[in-house]
Amino acid sequence: MKMAISPSGRIDVLKTYKLFIGGAFPRSESGRVYAIKDFKGNHLANPSLASRKDLRDAVVAARSAFSGWSSATAYNRGQILYRMAEILEGRSEQLVTEIVALEGVTPRAAALQVQQSIDLLVWYAGWSDKISALAGSTNSVSGPYYNFSTPEPIGVVAIFAPAKPSLLNLIAAIASVITSGNTAVVIASEKFPLPAITFSEIMATSDLPAGVVNVLTGSGSELAPWAASHMDIDAIDASGLTPKQLQETQVAGAQNLKRIRVNTDLESPARILSFMEIKTVWHPIGI
Amino acid sequence: MNPFEYAPALESTSIVTIADRYKLFINGKFVAPRSGKYFPTINPATGKKLSEIAEANSADVDLAVKAAREAYVKVWSKLSAAERGKYLFRIARILQERAREFAVLETLDNGKPIRESRDTDIPLVAAHFFYHAGWADKLKYAGLGDQPKPHGVVGQIIPWNFPMLMLAWKVAPALATGNTVVLKPAETTSLTALLFAEVCQQAGLPNGVVNIVTGAGATGAALVNHPGIDKIAFTGSTDVGKLIATSIAGTKKNATLELGGKAANIIYDDAAIDEAVEGIVNGIFFNQGHVCCAGSRLLVQENVQDEVLAKLKVRMSHIRLGNPLDKNTDIGAINSAAQLAKIKELSAAGEAEGAERWSPPCDLPAAGFWFAPTIFTGVSQTHRIAREEIFGPVLSVLTFRTPQEAIEKANNTPYGLSAGIWSEKGSKILWTASKLRAGVIWANTFNKFDPASPFGGYKESGWGREGGRHGLAAYLKAGK
Repeated sequence: MKMAISPSGRIDVLKTYKLFIGGAFPRSESGRVYAIKDFKGNHLANPSLASRKDLRDAVVAARSAFSGWSSATAYNRGQILYRMAEILEGRSEQLVTEIVALEGVTPRAAALQVQQSIDLLVWYAGWSDKISALAGSTNSVSGPYYNFSTPEPIGVVAIFAPAKPSLLNLIAAIASVITSGNTAVVIASEKFPLPAITFSEIMATSDLPAGVVNVLTGSGSELAPWAASHMDIDAIDASGLTPKQLQETQVAGAQNLKRIRVNTDLESPARILSFMEIKTVWHPIGI
Repeated sequence: MNPFEYAPALESTSIVTIADRYKLFINGKFVAPRSGKYFPTINPATGKKLSEIAEANSADVDLAVKAAREAYVKVWSKLSAAERGKYLFRIARILQERAREFAVLETLDNGKPIRESRDTDIPLVAAHFFYHAGWADKLKYAGLGDQPKPHGVVGQIIPWNFPMLMLAWKVAPALATGNTVVLKPAETTSLTALLFAEVCQQAGLPNGVVNIVTGAGATGAALVNHPGIDKIAFTGSTDVGKLIATSIAGTKKNATLELGGKAANIIYDDAAIDEAVEGIVNGIFFNQGHVCCAGSRLLVQENVQDEVLAKLKVRMSHIRLGNPLDKNTDIGAINSAAQLAKIKELSAAGEAEGAERWSPPCDLPAAGFWFAPTIFTGVSQTHRIAREEIFGPVLSVLTFRTPQEAIEKANNTPYGLSAGIWSEKGSKILWTASKLRAGVIWANTFNKFDPASPFGGYKESGWGREGGRHGLAAYLKAGK
């Protein structure tokens, strides 16, 4: 994001902000965009206004990516999340500028948010190969059976993160969902979408397989009901929805018994586990 | 008579006393329902009435919830965890002492073979209370922080297929974690829950900690929608589970749901076929197939299909169907006329859609509700009998060629409760187990249950787990 005309008088080359689906950056199939403003009320950009069809395309991409991502080694997933943190570090300045313009916070506060986001991403990267040691168990059943329980990713998770602080909430939601092997469809904050779009560019250059995270910009209130009733979404991080939207999402989500979670802790293994299922396996012991 | 034929070996019913009429169990006492209504409960093996049961209306449910709240606030939440655990140990011991009485009553009311109620259901019931008793004073090690808290008053609704076992799965963890309970048993199988109320009295459990309201769907809805309930625990159909999920939307109520299934039982060509055949029989004919995790879709590798089916048919011809009180009986009565009608309807649909139906020669008793063990071959994935939960002794047989195809077919269902794998190759078992989208995987065994082993489903088979350390999470809120 840049000023329309820089102080030197040079005409800046402005960016077209697009969606991030299946590793590519398409415009909305609907052709729609909407205008966002900075905190002073000046026009900033015309990001895509994603449609129901865009959401469905994103779910297809996320579902297609699930098998590979969930069966990648946890070590590999952890390294890719760490790689995302590395690239994010290098793009800090751009994100600080965007956060200042959108949220109206001081550059110092924005820089702190970006640093916290990088550190949080590193924190979640390290969980990929430890969460099953924390939440798994071998169970002493009454009989000659080996019995163990292990957490597994739930599938495709739709993410509605709280709007502010925009980058930090986004990173907490994405990292906690994908570190265990889930794939995600992120509905970016309607008012503050630029960090999500910039982070899409970071993900696209971090060896993250295409489709693991997909990012839609647009109207949360338009897309939430479509996500809630989509039968191939397994779970929703509803942390950013209003109480009314949450209730409507729970009603529509009951159609396929979606796991709908509201997470308040940014940094918590419970947040990772809220998007995992416990699988228990029995096998006889004998000779 | 064939010299190797079994003579009848009937379990005596003299150990059981069934009253003419049962009231509600609220605040430690048996009280007449405000509704003034009673409904009959019958023995499904004879069709004869056993007793009549109070029908709780919303006023009755309200009294029960208030009793549970008062017991929670004044007594149960103030008791030390170790003391709470001791009540559960007492209950476990009394259940062991009175195990035969419970087994016979369960068989009379439910129709399941005495061999199963005596050797599986009731021993597991006692084990569940004993296991959870030991958790009561160790909850800070359950993985939910140093000071996990109970929810408060829990509304619990259980099905008719394992009446006492489902009661134990619900009540034991709820009490161990410091919650109080209002439980609604299924309308066709209330008797053992009401006998359990007597056990609570004998154990000296404080009044109101366990309350039992009997009735059908309307009673359950009154419980789910009562504002004094903090958490719902339900086992039953996916349809009702979705209704519950809808009706608690926007409330603070938590829910665990243990719902339906359409489990694949995968037989690879390198399986020990004789053992696999035993596993197939146990998977689908245990408890008349009234099992949410039943292995109701047999996926057999194409090159061993003929051998497996031939052996399965021989084995099925030795299944003994009849009087559930006979200790030799393998398949008892279908629990109700309604369930029998559903099994018949789906089986007819299987034939109409082109699958081939087979049952061994089998004399069905004249009175009561019965269904012969049945397999369908030539089943395709689109057939209703491959997609819908039949909840009866009916097996749908499908085939596959490669392990990848087995996984695709096994996972091609909105359910995700359980699955079976039969192979003598360890790496293949672990590969298959990791690809199956189901909460409980039995490899070279089937239908095993244990209080230490978490149970519960993926996808539309429900929310949460019951049993083990993971099951405790459903009854606790994290605390720091």
